[in-house]
Amino acid sequence: MQLVMMEAHIARKLHEQMLRIRMVEEKICELYSEQEMRCPVHLCVGQEAIPVGVCAHLAPKDYVLSGHRSHGHYLAKGGDLKAMMAEIYGKVTGCCMGKGGSMHLIDLAAGFLAATPIVGSTVPIGVGAALASVMRREDRVTVVFFGDAAVEEGVLCESINFAVLKRLPVVFVCENNAYSVNSPLSVRQPQEREIYEIALGHGMESLQADGNDVIAVYGLAGKAIDKARRGNGPTFLEFKTYRWLEHCGPNDDCHLECRSETELYKWKERCPVRMLEGRLLSEGVATPEGMRLVAANIATEMEEAVRFAKASAFPDPDLLLKHIYAP
Amino acid sequence: MARLSMVEAINAALREKMAADDRVVILGEDVGVDGGVFRATVGLLDQFGPWRVIDTPLAENCIVGSAVGMAISGLRPVAEIQFEGFMFKGFDHIYSHASRMLRRSQGVYNVPLVVRAPYGAGVRALEHHSDAPEALFCHVPGLKVVIPSTPYDAKGLLISSIEDPDPVIFLEPKRLYRLFKEEVPDGEYRVPLGEARIVREGNDLSIITYGGMVSVCERAAQHLSEEGVDVEIVDLRTVWPFDAEAITSSVSKTGRATIVHEAPRSFGVGAEIAATIAERCLLSLLAPIKRVTGYDVIPPLAKLEEYNYPTADRVIRAVHETMQF
Ligand SMILES: Cc1ncc(C[n+]2csc(CCOP(=O)(O)OP(=O)(O)O)c2C)c(N)n1
Ligand SMILES: [Mg+2]
Repeated sequence: MQLVMMEAHIARKLHEQMLRIRMVEEKICELYSEQEMRCPVHLCVGQEAIPVGVCAHLAPKDYVLSGHRSHGHYLAKGGDLKAMMAEIYGKVTGCCMGKGGSMHLIDLAAGFLAATPIVGSTVPIGVGAALASVMRREDRVTVVFFGDAAVEEGVLCESINFAVLKRLPVVFVCENNAYSVNSPLSVRQPQEREIYEIALGHGMESLQADGNDVIAVYGLAGKAIDKARRGNGPTFLEFKTYRWLEHCGPNDDCHLECRSETELYKWKERCPVRMLEGRLLSEGVATPEGMRLVAANIATEMEEAVRFAKASAFPDPDLLLKHIYAP
Repeated sequence: MARLSMVEAINAALREKMAADDRVVILGEDVGVDGGVFRATVGLLDQFGPWRVIDTPLAENCIVGSAVGMAISGLRPVAEIQFEGFMFKGFDHIYSHASRMLRRSQGVYNVPLVVRAPYGAGVRALEHHSDAPEALFCHVPGLKVVIPSTPYDAKGLLISSIEDPDPVIFLEPKRLYRLFKEEVPDGEYRVPLGEARIVREGNDLSIITYGGMVSVCERAAQHLSEEGVDVEIVDLRTVWPFDAEAITSSVSKTGRATIVHEAPRSFGVGAEIAATIAERCLLSLLAPIKRVTGYDVIPPLAKLEEYNYPTADRVIRAVHETMQF
């Protein structure tokens, strides 16, 4: 898609959202070594275009579910940044009251329904949420984000089958970054089969695009979400991308020799944020000063969130016993 | 002899059993190319190749299910589940098939399967990364459940588990993976399943425990001995079927029992131990049995983990109450 085809403010918004996720993740990297965030973090640096391009089409009433690598999805869906930071610091002001950490982000007001690290597990939950919205005649689209390894869990096929059968307003978004922890796709899935083809086999419309090109993501997601909203059933979208950092934690992982520096370098050349910046500037949609201002505003917001998180209290022991049974 | 951490001892057990018996096959997520997220299988792919060290798809139901198929077809699979909290995706096959094949086949198929998983709290993860689900497995007839507390025991118990004709759930306290090293013999040796270890002898009170709690109880016992309370510690090692004899003889001698585990309290292993004591040596008891356990809650993050995980202080308090009864 040409940027000129798109309203300029949307293109600038996509940029701002991606940059915000990037800066938040980099902030976490920077602060991690202080050892105050005593919580595993799965960062999404390099993958920002997918949450942003997809969530740009969603309203707060729509639902998003995610997995262990959820910061981008949470933020793109409008999840509260302060509550996320506080959660990662294990503070009572966190979105899970300091009990869930990075892997259990939630923001019901923003329609970020659930994220859990059991790979694949939120996929059927998303399908169930979509089923409920149909039965209750609520105008709502549900998007479920998951990685390339989630399609190896049986429940993914079960969920796809069910969603097609019931023609549910749900969009399955696979972020294919080619790795599961340190195992490449080649040891886990047949090389001659593309992931999006799995859904085709179940009779679901299924498409694939470059996950580092936010405009491509935005275009494809727009069609799928619009289709779901009009009651025309589910779609599967596979976006190819790459994670820059180690599977879990703030460092890079080339020293493990599970993937090469050349491969990482090649993908860094295709940075989703820089690629859009280049286009915004060359097509005259944004100016360098405008971008600097955007970055400065994000930096201020982020500093505030970190200050808030650090200043907040840890949960009381009593909280341990709370929320086991409904009141 | 070398000084090994628990995770190194586990690696040694796998390596030696694989070298000695080519029916032994490892399968699981990231066990090959990566060497396992806790490094338990590091180096094994290079030594034994991709048919014996199988990187699987991310699919626990398939991992355990196919391991059951391998086990009834002449292999001795050792399946690794990356964290205990992910075992439930494979629980179907553990519960529905691994434990039942022997009965179904009228004794023809036994299921020499080991399912290994890092277990328990103490690494500041949470929920599925810090669960202690042993009682769920103990409750399934036909399964054996092993939880080591030292590198030496880990190696000897894992070798016994691989050689055992029945399915064994082998839970490895991840807090202990690298906590300390000790002398571990080279070559195969066995720590028999179903045999407890008396960690220290004492006459006043028996602590019955296992896994990551053993070292916590040792610290408590050390402190108590300075106060003049002489505690005996029984490390079950095999949590089920447990060594009822060792429990009974210890409690008959001391007359007091404190049971310590990190898993939630209700319907936990402690309840079964308490029932066994009540059935076998009630009249030797000088005080009610006490349990020091995790609360009936979901393992929380960071700060709250410190409250949930039984500490030496909590054990000492329970012992004081029992002694003062
Ligand atoms: C059911 C289950 N099995 C294993 C794990 C451990 N684990 C966490 S993330 C992960 C890799 C997932 O890869 P993918 O779905 O491609 O997502 P990515 O990390 O690449 O974003 C694994 C194996 C888990 N969390 N849940
Ligand atoms: Mg992946």
